[in-house]
Amino acid sequence: MSIAQTSSSFCCARMALRSAGALSLLILSAPGLATEELNALVWCDHTDPALIEPFEQEHDVRVNLKEYEGTGNALAIVEQSQPGDWDVFVIDGVDVPRVAEAGLLAELPADALPLDDIFEPVQMRDVTFRDGKMYAIMEKFGYNVVAYNKAKVDPADMRDLGVLWTDKYKDQIAVYDYYIPLMDLVALKLGMKPSDISAETLPQIRDALFELKDNASMVGEVVSSTTALATGEADILLGGGEWAVAVLQAENPDLDWVLPDQGGLLWSQSLAVFETSTKKDLAIEFVKYIMSPEGQARLATSSCFWGVPANRKAGDLLTDAQKRALRWDEQTELLANSHRYFIPDAELDGQMLDVWSEFLQH
Amino acid sequence: MMANRRLAWGLLLPALLWTLTFFAAPLVIMGMYSLWQRVGMKLVQTWTTHNYQQFASKSFLLESLVNSLEVTATVTVISILLAYPLAYILAERVPARWQRLALVMAILPFWTSYVVRSYSWLLVLSEGGILSNFLMDIGLIAEPMSFANNRGATVVGFVHFFVMLLTLTIYASLVQLPPSYRKAAADLGAGPIRSFIHVVLPLTLPGVMVGAFLTFVLCIGDYITPQILGGNQELLLPQTIMMQISRRSDFPMASALAMILMAVVSLAYLACARWLKLDRL
Repeated sequence: MSIAQTSSSFCCARMALRSAGALSLLILSAPGLATEELNALVWCDHTDPALIEPFEQEHDVRVNLKEYEGTGNALAIVEQSQPGDWDVFVIDGVDVPRVAEAGLLAELPADALPLDDIFEPVQMRDVTFRDGKMYAIMEKFGYNVVAYNKAKVDPADMRDLGVLWTDKYKDQIAVYDYYIPLMDLVALKLGMKPSDISAETLPQIRDALFELKDNASMVGEVVSSTTALATGEADILLGGGEWAVAVLQAENPDLDWVLPDQGGLLWSQSLAVFETSTKKDLAIEFVKYIMSPEGQARLATSSCFWGVPANRKAGDLLTDAQKRALRWDEQTELLANSHRYFIPDAELDGQMLDVWSEFLQH
Repeated sequence: MMANRRLAWGLLLPALLWTLTFFAAPLVIMGMYSLWQRVGMKLVQTWTTHNYQQFASKSFLLESLVNSLEVTATVTVISILLAYPLAYILAERVPARWQRLALVMAILPFWTSYVVRSYSWLLVLSEGGILSNFLMDIGLIAEPMSFANNRGATVVGFVHFFVMLLTLTIYASLVQLPPSYRKAAADLGAGPIRSFIHVVLPLTLPGVMVGAFLTFVLCIGDYITPQILGGNQELLLPQTIMMQISRRSDFPMASALAMILMAVVSLAYLACARWLKLDRL
C-alpha cells in the first residue's frame, strides 16, 4: 500500500469515524428519542424548526407536524384518522364556530391563557367561545388587502380598490384564491359591508368578480400568488398583505402592501386542541407556549410567512425591522379600518363557493 | 387437468387479489360515496343521485369536463405529431449503436420530479422568463411578455411529458417492423412516402394508439400541471374534484365527479379497443 493510499485510507477512516460520531450525536439529539409525541395539524408557519424545537426540548417531546392548506383538507384528514390521532389544530379563525359545533374541539382553560394580552379586536370571543366555554384562541393575524410592487404601479392608486376594475392595471393583477376574503373585498369595493353578502347581493358580487377576472393575469393560492408577485408575473396581489410580502421584502424592497380606503379584511388563525386527544395536558402546554411572547415572536416571523402576533407582549421581542415589516405601530389604525371575515351559514357558504367556482371558470 | 386448473388459479390469485383490493373495492366504495350526500358538516348515507344532478345542472362543473376533454385532445394530437417523427428518426435514422443513448436522452426528463418540471416550465414561460427574454433578444417582442397562466402553458407542460411517453410506444412498434415489409413494398414499386403511408403507418398504428390512450388517461386525470401552469384561468375536472375536498370536504360530490371521469376513461378505452383492436398487441 503506498503512502498516498495509506493516508487516503486513514483520512477516510477518520471521516467515517467523524461521520459516525456526528450521526450518533444527531440520533441522540433527535426528537425521535423523545419520551412523548404530540401530533399537530398545522399551517406551514408552524413547521419552522425555530418555533417548534424550543418546545420539544423543554418538554422532551417530539411534535409531529402535518401541514395543510384549507380547512376542508384538514377535516378530510381528521375524518380519515382514528379518534386520538391528532392533538393540536391550527385552524382558520373563520372556521372555529362550525368545527366547535361539530364537537371536534376540546375546551381550553381560558384562565391559563393570556387572553387579555391579545389585541382586543382579535380576541373574537364570539367566535372562540361557545356556551361560555373557550374552544380556540387567536394566535396570529394580518390583512387581506392589496400587495403590490411599487416599482411597477403607483402606490397612490393602490389605496382605491376600484382601480383594479379599470384598464389601468389590466393583466398585472393576481387574485388570491380564497373565496371568503375576496368576496368580502369585492363587497367593500361595491360599497357594502362584508356582512351584507347574502343570496340577494350575491349576483352583484358575481358580476364584479367576473369583471375582475377579465383584468387578472392569474388566480392562485398562497404559493403561486406570492410567487407571481416575486417573479414579476403579477405586480398587484388582491387579497395579499403582510403575509405575502414581509418574507420577500429583504430580497425586493419594492414589494409593499396597503389597506385601501374602502377598508381591509382581517385574517386570523387560531389554535385549538382536539376533543379526542389523549394528551390534552401536553397539547394545552403547546398552546401556552405558542401564546407566550417568545412563541408568538417566533410564530410571527416564521420562515413560511409572517403575520402579526396576537399577543401584544410579543412586540418587546421583535426587532425594529420586524416591527416595521409588520406595521406594528399602525395596528390600532389598521384594525379599526378592517372588517372581520364574513361567516356565512352553510347554505350561503355553498352558494358563495358556487359563485367562486364560476369565477374561476369564467 | 384438475391440477392444471388449480395451478392456473394459484398463479392468477395474487393478481386477482391485487386487483380486487386496490381497484375493484376502492371503486365500489367510491361509487357508494357518490350516491351519498354531504349536508353541512354531516355525511348523509341515504341513496340519492343528488351529486349527479348537480353535475348536470351546474354549468361550471360541466364546463370543467369539456375543458378537460379539449385540453386532453389537444395534448394527445400535438404529442403524436411530435413523437412520431422523433421515434421514426430514432428507429430508422440513428445508427443502432447510438439508439440506446438517444432513447435515454429522449426520456431523460422523465427522471425529474413532475412538480419540479411544471415549476421549471413556469420559469420558462413567465414574464421575464427564458422564452420572453429570447423573443426580446431576437426582436420579436419589445417588452417582456408572459406565456404562463393560461391553457397554452398547461398544454406545453403536458406535451413535454407525453411526447416522451409516446416516443417510447411508437419506437417499440417501429423497431418490431421487419425491414422485409418495406423492401417488399419497394419491390412492388412503392416509393418511400407511399411505403410509409400504406405499410409503416398502419402497422405502427396500434403503438400510436396505446401511447395515445395512455396520454389520454394520464392527461385527463392530472391535477398538478393545470394547477401550476394554468393560473386558475379555467378549471379542469381534476381541479374541480380537488375543490370539492379542499374547500367543501364534500367527498360524495368528489366521488361522483371521479366516477364521471372514470366513465370517460372507460369510454375512451372501449373506443380504442373496438376500433383499433388493441387486443392484437
